[in-house]
Amino acid sequence: MKALRNIIDSIKPQFEKGGKFSYLKSSFEAFETFLYVPNHTTKTGSHIRDHIDMKRTMAFVVMAAIPALLFGMWNIGYQHFLSMGETVSLWENFLFGFIKVFPIIVVSYVVGLGIEFIFAQLRGHEVNEGFLVSGILIPMIVPPDTPLWMVAIATAFAVVIGKEVFGGTGMNILNPALTARAFLFFAYPSDMSGDKVWIAEKADAYSGATPLGNLLTNQPFESLPSASDMFWGFIPGSIGETSTFLILVGAVILILTGIGSWRIMLSVFVGGFGLATFFNFIGPYVAPDNAYMALPAYYHLIMGGFAFGAVFMATDPVSASQTNKGKWIYGILIGVMAVLIRVLNPAYPEGMMLAILLMNVFAPLIDHYIVEGNIKKRMKRAKLAIT
Amino acid sequence: MSKTINIKQGLNINLQGEAEKIIADVEAGQYAIKPIDFHGVFPKLLVHEGDKVKAGTQIFYDKYRDNIKFSSPVSGTVKEIRRGAKRVLLEVSIEADAEQSFIDFGIADPNSLKREAIIEKMLESGVWPVIRQRPYTVIANPKDEPKAIFISGFDTAPLGVDFDLIVHGQGDAFQAGVDALKKLTPGIVHLNLPAGDANSKVFTNSKNVQINFFKGPHPSGNIGTQINKLDPINKDEVVWHLKPQEVLTIGRLFLEGRFNAERIIALTGSEVIKPKYFKTKIGASIAEIVKENIIEENVRYISGNALTGRKIDKVGFVGFFDNQITVIPEGDYHELFGWALPGFGKFSFSKSFPTFLNGKNKKYRLDTNLHGGERAFVMTGEMEKVFPFDIYPMQLIKSIMIEDIDAMEQLGIYEVDEEDFALIEYIDTSKIDIQAIVRKGIDVMRKEMS
Repeated sequence: MKALRNIIDSIKPQFEKGGKFSYLKSSFEAFETFLYVPNHTTKTGSHIRDHIDMKRTMAFVVMAAIPALLFGMWNIGYQHFLSMGETVSLWENFLFGFIKVFPIIVVSYVVGLGIEFIFAQLRGHEVNEGFLVSGILIPMIVPPDTPLWMVAIATAFAVVIGKEVFGGTGMNILNPALTARAFLFFAYPSDMSGDKVWIAEKADAYSGATPLGNLLTNQPFESLPSASDMFWGFIPGSIGETSTFLILVGAVILILTGIGSWRIMLSVFVGGFGLATFFNFIGPYVAPDNAYMALPAYYHLIMGGFAFGAVFMATDPVSASQTNKGKWIYGILIGVMAVLIRVLNPAYPEGMMLAILLMNVFAPLIDHYIVEGNIKKRMKRAKLAIT
Repeated sequence: MSKTINIKQGLNINLQGEAEKIIADVEAGQYAIKPIDFHGVFPKLLVHEGDKVKAGTQIFYDKYRDNIKFSSPVSGTVKEIRRGAKRVLLEVSIEADAEQSFIDFGIADPNSLKREAIIEKMLESGVWPVIRQRPYTVIANPKDEPKAIFISGFDTAPLGVDFDLIVHGQGDAFQAGVDALKKLTPGIVHLNLPAGDANSKVFTNSKNVQINFFKGPHPSGNIGTQINKLDPINKDEVVWHLKPQEVLTIGRLFLEGRFNAERIIALTGSEVIKPKYFKTKIGASIAEIVKENIIEENVRYISGNALTGRKIDKVGFVGFFDNQITVIPEGDYHELFGWALPGFGKFSFSKSFPTFLNGKNKKYRLDTNLHGGERAFVMTGEMEKVFPFDIYPMQLIKSIMIEDIDAMEQLGIYEVDEEDFALIEYIDTSKIDIQAIVRKGIDVMRKEMS
């Protein structure tokens, strides 16, 4: 391993200021710091620093997403062969899904990181790790048959318009992965919704609608898959979002390590469950023919992108509320908005994406009022001191 | 009316190399006063190299507040006046005489002196600078009337010193110091002690103070935390604060009539062979203290603790306000896949390393590596976990970064000092030098308000 270090040290001067490849400094640094934690020491302030850094933080989010992703690969194969009326082995299912999903992941990372590297280079910054997470989340929230060129365009849109124009990682207003999803949803609606897209290479005769699609067209409650299928994830849907169970496994990893905010996750579920319960009560009186109103509240939490959004999307610290109190309000409103859109809006079967994006926009406002409260308290204290 | 206050947010960083409770005598030989220890002081020199000085002879004074004078801690010869870039005065070092002689300022009982007389005595002897004020953490202005004075009687910082040991047998000096302080404020003199410990009788028997107890992890021993919980600073208010050894210095001035700069300093840190306490004086050279007591060469010498101290040379001098020297390994190495490996043995506030399974009492050998590259703020909610103030830390830091004076004031800049942000800086995933930012904010604010 010493040899590797020696090679890096010997070529490093060429990338430093004045070197032959100094214009590639950011890229070189990105690779060097990927291999080695840098030898930088503290200069001012605290002489010791915690061992955690952005790379490890982001790596943990990716790790938390992996169980749901692997299951998603298997489920793509499973749904495909199910629509054909065939039963194949676990590995065949997985392999089928892997061949579908792996190219999407590659395209997402190559396009996204490519743009990140270029911007870092232009700005003379180090390459930020934020996209490591976005790059895995984007493939998980698209339908399995999404053409690769669409993934590429959406990723480019998300990174450039969603993030870099605001100044890069840490400065963006909207969640980049959801920006990509929203772009696809509005630019190519026929490839992103309906009952054709959720099962890869589906047999034509087989109904491929998601549970949410069924409800939107007011099909009877009995036509839904069982709650246990939805919880474990044996249903058609976007690549990584079907298994509520494995998403919760990811949530546990994020909460235990302290990387994901449990306040946001919990409050999204609370908000969604609360409003859905309310609809259950008033449903028979105000809209007896809206099947969605009568849907048991807990179904909302295991259907569609609700759990995935709560655990991996709403918790993005940059676009979420930053104060602890604000996180509760932000989370509850996401849950409420998502169920509101699902139940009351006849055009969209799923509301999670729009709910999170909307609350991303409102997060700074929520924080403003929370901080304002603290300021008022301080002013009041000062006044008391004078009298 | 003593209170017990429970601090929930915070973190104890357990480092190896805690000082054994033995006090050794050491003759440091050289001593220095460093203007850099006093924020906002512009020194005007009063001595030249080669001058003979006594303990208590004035060395320099502050150009903008010329009644604040700084004295020699020992008698001897001015050895070197060291200047840095733009002729900034870095330090005035003094070679101590074998026989110490003192300027006589006269013995007096602070209880029978008027406030003005006490202040005058402290200013003339050079003892005054031991009192600092908030806001801004600068030397107290003798013209102010502080609403209260705070003494933190314990140290929760990494390898923090044991003040019970340091003040042992010094009850008279401590009481005299407290009596003098009591005359300086119309309010209360707060003495803050750890809850549940058997505190030194010197503290618990002292009069003219209100004793408060604090429970919980670092920063419960920090003066900023204690002020915030007991009597937070509002705009236009001033409080003063000291540490126990500084109270002793004041007390000795009245009991002995001289500037007795005695200090007990702890030598701590994982790279020290025999960590223990040393009896010396303010501004002592560390050369004799660390001699033949350090394990290896590539180490960092810190005057103060590992979170807030100042890096010094191995022949450098202990800072004016510091009670300890910390020696930890330098971290100038590359680590292959350091961010990805499980990291057994790597201490972290987050639970992303398995070391949290070791429990809270395991001691670690931490070095000065940043453990990552500097990034933009990404994570939220971490800072609040180690920051017990009723203040939004990230919002305050951001307001300082954009120099928004109004926002800084509204968000509570008067109540904080950079040391209050040391833990935040320690745990920060983005590796931002937060203490430097906070200091900048305080300096901007002080300039704005003057």
